[in-house]
Amino acid sequence: MAFKHLIALQDISKEDILDILNLAKTFKEIILKPVKKVPTLKGKTVLNIFYEPSTRTRTSFELAAKRLSADVLNVAVSTSSVVKGETLIDTLRTIEAMQIDYVVIRHSISGVPLFLSKNIKSSIINAGDGMHEHPTQGLLDIFTIMEKKKKIEGLKVAIVGDIAHSRVARSNIWGLIKLGAKIRVVGPSTLIPKDIEKLGVEVFTDLKQGLKDVDVINILRIQLERQKKNLFPTIREYAMLFGINTEKLKYAKPDCMVMHPGPMNRGIEISPNVADGEKSVIEEQVTNGVAVRMAVLYLMGGGKKDEVIN
Amino acid sequence: MKLLIKNGVVIDPANKIEEKLDLLIVNNIISRKEKNIVDNQAKIIDAEGCIVTPGFIDMHTHLREPGFEYKETIETGSKAAAKGGFTTICCMPNTNPPIDNQAMVEFINMKSKQVGIVDVLPVGTITKAREGNELSPIGELVKAGAVAISDDGNCVANSEIMRRVLQYTQMFDIPVIDHCEDISLTSEGVMNEGYYSTLLGLKGIPAAAEEIMVARDILLAKDFGGRIHIAHISTEGSVEIIRWGKKVGVNVTAEVTPHHFTLDDSMLQTYDTNYKMKPPLRSKSDIKAIKKGLKDGIIDVIATDHAPHAELDKHVEFNIATDGIIGLETAFPLIITELVHTKVLNLQEAIAKITFNPAKILKLKKGSLSEGEVADIVISNIDKEVLITEDFFASRSTNSPFLGMKLKGSIEKVIKNGKIIYEEGGN
Repeated sequence: MAFKHLIALQDISKEDILDILNLAKTFKEIILKPVKKVPTLKGKTVLNIFYEPSTRTRTSFELAAKRLSADVLNVAVSTSSVVKGETLIDTLRTIEAMQIDYVVIRHSISGVPLFLSKNIKSSIINAGDGMHEHPTQGLLDIFTIMEKKKKIEGLKVAIVGDIAHSRVARSNIWGLIKLGAKIRVVGPSTLIPKDIEKLGVEVFTDLKQGLKDVDVINILRIQLERQKKNLFPTIREYAMLFGINTEKLKYAKPDCMVMHPGPMNRGIEISPNVADGEKSVIEEQVTNGVAVRMAVLYLMGGGKKDEVIN
Repeated sequence: MKLLIKNGVVIDPANKIEEKLDLLIVNNIISRKEKNIVDNQAKIIDAEGCIVTPGFIDMHTHLREPGFEYKETIETGSKAAAKGGFTTICCMPNTNPPIDNQAMVEFINMKSKQVGIVDVLPVGTITKAREGNELSPIGELVKAGAVAISDDGNCVANSEIMRRVLQYTQMFDIPVIDHCEDISLTSEGVMNEGYYSTLLGLKGIPAAAEEIMVARDILLAKDFGGRIHIAHISTEGSVEIIRWGKKVGVNVTAEVTPHHFTLDDSMLQTYDTNYKMKPPLRSKSDIKAIKKGLKDGIIDVIATDHAPHAELDKHVEFNIATDGIIGLETAFPLIITELVHTKVLNLQEAIAKITFNPAKILKLKKGSLSEGEVADIVISNIDKEVLITEDFFASRSTNSPFLGMKLKGSIEKVIKNGKIIYEEGGN
């Protein structure tokens, strides 16, 4: 398998997802070794261009590219160049003219990676676009579940929180459904987007019912500014109804795992003892993120899945 | 100067005529409409295989001049109108400066007369600078030649102001055209709220944002009188609310654009900004309801909402792209392809919605082929295909989702005031 862009898990086949996950396994072995580098992308250049602040995803992509021996260019675009009046396409074409091979982009507007893929020559990797998708987060979440549970088929996964504004939720839903998981979305009715059940998910607005018998809980970050838009009355009430603490964790299966894409609001959507508890795989997710992104970059470079190591 | 149009099927909804007749035009007037007219001095136009209709009237055009001449001018917009079969267009006042005073109306009149291709009738603003706070000098606007008022692009948010406008305009007997949108519900929405907005992660605009204002306007007109014309409706709910309004005797009329009965929100899946407009493209069931509303006469008018935008306005990230598409040149083929060939409307019903009905609403002595009328006439072939390409457009802008499509319905000749202003394949 080889693909030119990674825009959305909606567009990726089950087989391609499995290829990425299998390869990520190999890369994970590599990055846990004392010498963490392979020469696969030597001479290639990866541009990380982030129109939204990000620590975790940007550093994860940077490390992934560096461990494949690519050169990495990080550009954090504040709104200043928007103010200067340069269009997005002009900015990207300017940098591309310096001979870039991959563009990893994060943008607050949905659809930007697809728009770019039609207008510049480089391979585009979506590092999160608006409320649309965050495909590598989806992949690393699936990888982490697979690692712990050894399968995806038939698992009950609850995604809890602000579903409406979440690109992580959408990528998780697409990817997990393709691999046969049963998905529930759980959150306040104001944060459940219209007709989401048509994607094949179950909707719950009651946390207790939503977590019943689930194998995996993926807790989303609640943006505190949503409260100002009256999507819920108070942070306190949100925490009361949807925050996950050790008590509420008991609604799920005893061996359930707890995930969070970060950054966490400790004490709001997740209590500290859940975040740091034995069911939490949140740090594993971060480690796996690098391996998964290596796999993505590798396969986009046309690499064969069987010949990774030298 | 005489023109004789022979062998065409005359469609004249105002006189309920649909038959093969010849039309003799003397100077700029329709002088005779009969079978087999012979006149040796007349220049003959053979309309065999074509229909002959009144010149079209567009109640809703954006010409962008003054202020946005890089998108369109009165001249380029007039050419696009002629090519689309429109001999009369009403230009919306969201120019810069806006048409909110007598001098601006006079400017539009002067410029359009200089251009002299089609009749350009200015629509004045409802409120000063379209800000929704203070009434425009409506009497002055009307005296200078405005045929209606509208804050188009903006809804009149304040119900008290809308009430006063509906009352005040009764002195002048002009329609108040409202762009119905409860902006507090639209918020930062960029497309229809539904399954596809969820899929695409784009902020949705609920149907209620439009319907609340449609209902409000009708209720105000019911209590206080006036003539309310609802611009570009897009939802099933709006159709039903207007149906109710008409039933209880409110003086309400409504228009729909060709794209709102042709395209639906599933088409936004490529994030193509040529599908971005306000109101947004709605669902397939809304389209079905709109077609029924057209058939039942609930929707009186088809108007283009011709909204030219340059590439730099449209070739950008979805959320920041401007709203709207051009429509003057695709309106007729879309009506023929989507409504007539599919038997939603018969030819008389369809043509009435772009001729006689808007003329009635605007109180224009136009829109019919009665003897003695000014000769504004379109000769068209409803079976001939047109391919929509960038070269097809006379408009300065080409922001159209119909690019690349083949549609049926070709404008062959357009006669304005007795003169041929457009010929297919001509210059």
